[in-house]
Amino acid sequence: MNVSEIIKPENQVFCKTKLMTDATLSYCPGCGHGTAHNLTMEVIDEMGIVADTIGVAPVGCSVLAYDFMNIDMTQAAHGRAPAVATAISRLWPNKYVFTYQGDGDLAAIGTAETIHACNRGENIVVIFVNNGIYGMTGGQMAPTTLSGMPTSTSPYGRDVKTMGSPIKMTELVANLPGVYFATRHAVHTHKHARKAKKAIQKAFENTRLKKGVSFVEIVSNCNSGWKMTPLESNQWMVDNMFPYYPLGDIKVDGVLK
Amino acid sequence: MSELKLMKGNEALAEAAIRAGVDAYFGYPITPQSEVIEHLMAERPEERTGMIVLQAESEIAAINMVYGAASTGKKVMTSSSSPGISLKLEGISYLAGAELPAVIVNVVRGGPGLGTIQPSQADYFQSVKGGGHGDYKLYVLAPASVQEMSDFVEDAFDIAFKYRAPVLILSDGLIGQMMEKVYLKDQQERISDEEVIKKYGGWAVTGKTDRKRNIITSLDLQSEKMEARVHRLLKKYAQMEKEDLRFEKISCDDAEYLFVAYGSSARIAQKAVELARKKGIKAGLLRPITLFPFPKQQLFELADQVKGILSVELNAGQMVEDVRLSVEHKVAVEHFGRTGGIIHTPEEVLEALEEKIIHNERIGDYKTRESSIL
Ligand SMILES: Cc1ncc(C[n+]2csc(CCOP(=O)(O)OP(=O)(O)O)c2C)c(N)n1
Repeated sequence: MNVSEIIKPENQVFCKTKLMTDATLSYCPGCGHGTAHNLTMEVIDEMGIVADTIGVAPVGCSVLAYDFMNIDMTQAAHGRAPAVATAISRLWPNKYVFTYQGDGDLAAIGTAETIHACNRGENIVVIFVNNGIYGMTGGQMAPTTLSGMPTSTSPYGRDVKTMGSPIKMTELVANLPGVYFATRHAVHTHKHARKAKKAIQKAFENTRLKKGVSFVEIVSNCNSGWKMTPLESNQWMVDNMFPYYPLGDIKVDGVLK
Repeated sequence: MSELKLMKGNEALAEAAIRAGVDAYFGYPITPQSEVIEHLMAERPEERTGMIVLQAESEIAAINMVYGAASTGKKVMTSSSSPGISLKLEGISYLAGAELPAVIVNVVRGGPGLGTIQPSQADYFQSVKGGGHGDYKLYVLAPASVQEMSDFVEDAFDIAFKYRAPVLILSDGLIGQMMEKVYLKDQQERISDEEVIKKYGGWAVTGKTDRKRNIITSLDLQSEKMEARVHRLLKKYAQMEKEDLRFEKISCDDAEYLFVAYGSSARIAQKAVELARKKGIKAGLLRPITLFPFPKQQLFELADQVKGILSVELNAGQMVEDVRLSVEHKVAVEHFGRTGGIIHTPEEVLEALEEKIIHNERIGDYKTRESSIL
């Protein structure tokens, strides 16, 4: 048996996500953004909705998401992706519109846009990658930075007395009637990634049914920003992020858990 | 066919937007332009034409909704007044950078700060000198009547789509609030989704079919690419100057003195021309209809004919700088204008011409000349 006999569709157990381009990912090795991209693209591919999907890229590490996702995309100003997605979805009401945002983008500068798009119940999917830090600009404190966690702008650790407490955005928006689905996941293991993918799929199904906002948080690592190896950062995430940002559904089919 | 109505400038603009087949409007209330969104909401445009009208949570959200809507290839607009436009400037810069067509309306009030709700033209610099960050310009139309508030909506969209660039209608509280008769155009149909895809599918986000994916962005991390983008914009602006400059000359043929004024000030200056001529002073008026492009060449030529120029503006002296640049010191140029929401009278304007230009012995001497600000 030679190699060409082995390379057959029925023998294939894994392949590159079809809707990802061949561009080299700009993310640090070990970062969760790449997996979150893959899962989103897999869902769109498997649902056969690429011709009806428009993504909105944020400002943050994933600003270049459109270089990697082989779909139509609009790049939004910092924090404004939900406003941009609102308009796209209103003008293409039968399309699948999603935003892909970091925690600084979604929970600091863009808080108003996030809350109001959620409150209006825009028919969009929000993929919210929470790594507890501003990755792109070099590791500054984010609204989601944990208490005591050092960053370049909280070098002695976040002091919640003067810097506020880490904000739980998904719980916050889940209380708005416009939000139909709010859930929190992670992508650092196969098991978690599979669950996250299911949630993303459900989110896009909700768009098909015109149910309003589906809000999928992905708690992720930022090994560069946290100044750890990828493995250390994943462990740190499990030990510190998950207790504060517990994984699981917060609101399903319009009902709070 | 057209319909004659008595309307406020703001209402005429809103009605014209529905009739021009605009696809979407996003705005946030602020005096003196709230009638725009109020008229739109009252008219149920979703039923009339399918136009989307949404009251956003802020001007920032509204302009970013405009950005999103414009990226779909559809016709979208927003309106606000000065403080709100300041908030929109980041988004306007993005629209210019990402080369998106959109129409923005500023019904100017007095500033700085919260300022006043009374009319003003103090946003001239902000409108024509960038305002937002980066190397960009806006095509700026300055209506001087309720009729032009209505007509310029369609004109603005023509330019926006011709160049794939944001266009600003720079009005003010006077033109926005006053009532005049206006001929409204007939209802045009909105462009269908299929037509949008056919006409703009080359760049707009419509969903990736078997074509290459479309990306709307203003980001170029490679300097060479960014410079190429800036050069592409500059080419558009040069073409606008060549092909789409608009101005009006009133009593200029035999003029010895010239007023330069736009928008509401042009209406007042036009009356001052009449008063001057009654007195035997041969005055004329050059009214820029576009503030960018600016009638530089026309001013340069008129400078050979007239003895002096008065730039009449409802501000502390902004357009006067461009008038001076245009005439290249061939003739004296002074400014007259009230601020804070006070509207100058034709008599005051004529008086200023006499005092600052005709009888000003120090006019040629830049060292001893009075400051041009009131
Ligand atoms: C108006 C504006 N303010 C600030 C910035 C700088 N900036 C770029 S990305 C970023 C933070 C992004 O962090 P986050 O959203 O958490 O995403 P991450 O990079 O961690 O994925 C900031 C502050 C900007 N581009 N625009």
